[in-house]
Amino acid sequence: MGPFLDFNPFDNLLCILLGISFTVWFTLLLVFIIVPAIFGVSFGIRRLYMKTLLKIFEWATHRIERGAKDNNHLLYKPYSNAIIAKEPTSLEEEINEIRRRGSNRDLDSASEFEMSDIFYFCRRGVESIMDDEVTKRFSAEELESWNLLTRSNYNFQHISLRLTVLWGLGVVIRYGFLLPLRVTLAFTGVGLLVVLTSIIGFLPNGRMKNFLSEQVHLMCYRICVRALTAIITYHDSENKPKNGGICVANHTSPIDVIILASDGCYAMVGQIHGGLMGVIQKSMVKACPHIWFERSEVKDRHLVAKRLSDHVEDTTKLPILIFPEGTCINNTSVMMFKKGSFEIGSTVYPVAIKYDPRFGDAFWNSSQFGMVNYLLRMMSSWAIVCSVWYLPPMTREEGEDAVKFASRVKAAIARQGGLVDLLWDGGLKRGKVKDTFKEEQQKLYSKMLVGTQEDRSLDTPPSSHLN
Amino acid sequence: MGSTNSTLSKIPNVEELMQETGFTPAHIVRLYDRFEALDKEKTGHLRPQDFGAINRLAMNPIGDRIIGAFFSPGQETVDFHSFVRILAHFRPADKKRPKDPSMPEPVNSRTSKLKFAFQLYDQDKDGKISRAELLQVLRSMLEMQVTEEQLESIADRTIQEADLDKDDAISFEEFRKSLEKVNIDHKMSIRFLR
Repeated sequence: MGPFLDFNPFDNLLCILLGISFTVWFTLLLVFIIVPAIFGVSFGIRRLYMKTLLKIFEWATHRIERGAKDNNHLLYKPYSNAIIAKEPTSLEEEINEIRRRGSNRDLDSASEFEMSDIFYFCRRGVESIMDDEVTKRFSAEELESWNLLTRSNYNFQHISLRLTVLWGLGVVIRYGFLLPLRVTLAFTGVGLLVVLTSIIGFLPNGRMKNFLSEQVHLMCYRICVRALTAIITYHDSENKPKNGGICVANHTSPIDVIILASDGCYAMVGQIHGGLMGVIQKSMVKACPHIWFERSEVKDRHLVAKRLSDHVEDTTKLPILIFPEGTCINNTSVMMFKKGSFEIGSTVYPVAIKYDPRFGDAFWNSSQFGMVNYLLRMMSSWAIVCSVWYLPPMTREEGEDAVKFASRVKAAIARQGGLVDLLWDGGLKRGKVKDTFKEEQQKLYSKMLVGTQEDRSLDTPPSSHLN
Repeated sequence: MGSTNSTLSKIPNVEELMQETGFTPAHIVRLYDRFEALDKEKTGHLRPQDFGAINRLAMNPIGDRIIGAFFSPGQETVDFHSFVRILAHFRPADKKRPKDPSMPEPVNSRTSKLKFAFQLYDQDKDGKISRAELLQVLRSMLEMQVTEEQLESIADRTIQEADLDKDDAISFEEFRKSLEKVNIDHKMSIRFLR
């Protein structure tokens, strides 16, 4: 009995301490994070955090470079995305240049096939073997400075004690303090979303319901934004999407949805999933109309288009949010936009999202990580810093087809976000290039030859048939 | 991936490879990473399908021939050494290297580059580009854009101009002569960034 009497006061003390720390923890959480989220106000804590981190990263990069020099290591510095210097000349320019130098004839005579023409194709072919635009787009962008996450640095070795200690400290802070905090917030946010939207679902349709639903959605997304420590800068908010329009943005990760939806209300489009996602989707649709498709309906393009256009025509409904690329790209370029969303014929509001890779890589390589793994990675990085630009609305012009319109919108987004505008279809990540591209090359080349043969045919007898 | 040194140590006979091809350690590392990226199934060898997965190459009219150049006759796979050796053809020529007739021809000399291009035409490797072989190349580059007659007339004219000994085929020497004014080094070289 003796030892038990001794334990009791300690137990009590322990319980009291735990209780107090939990209360303090939750109060802090509430005051600093949840309440501002409800009202959409920010204390600026996150920006201060961002500035401090940047300073630390600079110091860390310096240390690595100095350390490498001291130890005479060759640093693998991935400064540029490319291995080789690619000349941006076109087929015609290059072949003409080869011929001009090598030909015995004068320039004005017809340009015909030369044996040296093959050099152009040969070099381009080998260039693509050494270094290829599309494959690079699908791996995480390489960084110039180190952000204390080993996952984004390939040079990390034991350079100095101080650096290793700093890194270790970073790990402790991120996994021990930030991660649990963020996970708590994430659960709070999602939980509130499900519960509150279900409650709102019971109200009769009308302005009150819409207003409340908007507030609830915004609040919950804001909590999620804080759960990821996302520091977002919105530009040009006067161009924000309005009812009856379609909002189009480039796609890097599932977080894009949270980022956009925390600043405005959108109707989401997507496939119904099972499990937790499904529960969230079903409760969201009770509060305001989102467009969810069954798996079988997704293949039916006409059905999809019909539902989208019906939604868009009803101006009381929120603007639709669509990511036309169809897959996640690594945020250095914008790939081909699928034309489906551009055929509907309503106003398109383009939005460019650009993540700052210095703090944590937001790119989701779906063939490498599953969703849960990805979210854990996100929540254990330092922060997610991004900029969102709302571009002025665009509409399809007379005589412009959906594909051209899509390219125009894509170019605008790429320009604004400082991303490279690529011709490739994002589906190439998984498939093979279509034969039409090869035909394009052949057409270009033949135009050079046959085009000039038409001139010559005026001299020769009409025996050769030109099509 | 680690630093250059640790990657280099993974490659067997890397010193010999660097000597032979003239690539610097940093270049070899870059190429090794590329090789690994192409070798999706991590077998240590590349097969024609791995090259076929490169989209810009599939789009190239003579893509198949270029892929063929990597595989010696009868071989179905290419290892890292052979991969680098072929790519070494495209290194810019070393201007400072003195011409030493006793040393073997460096792999990125003008002659070697010409031989590589010649090989793309001469698929049966008999040392001559026959009329049929020339037609095949033309067909790949132009396919459905021109008629068969146009292709034949182009082939005829080309052979007429280049064929000096009138055997209706273009030998390597004739090939070289017809291209003597072309700046091969510039057109068949790929520069590494840094």
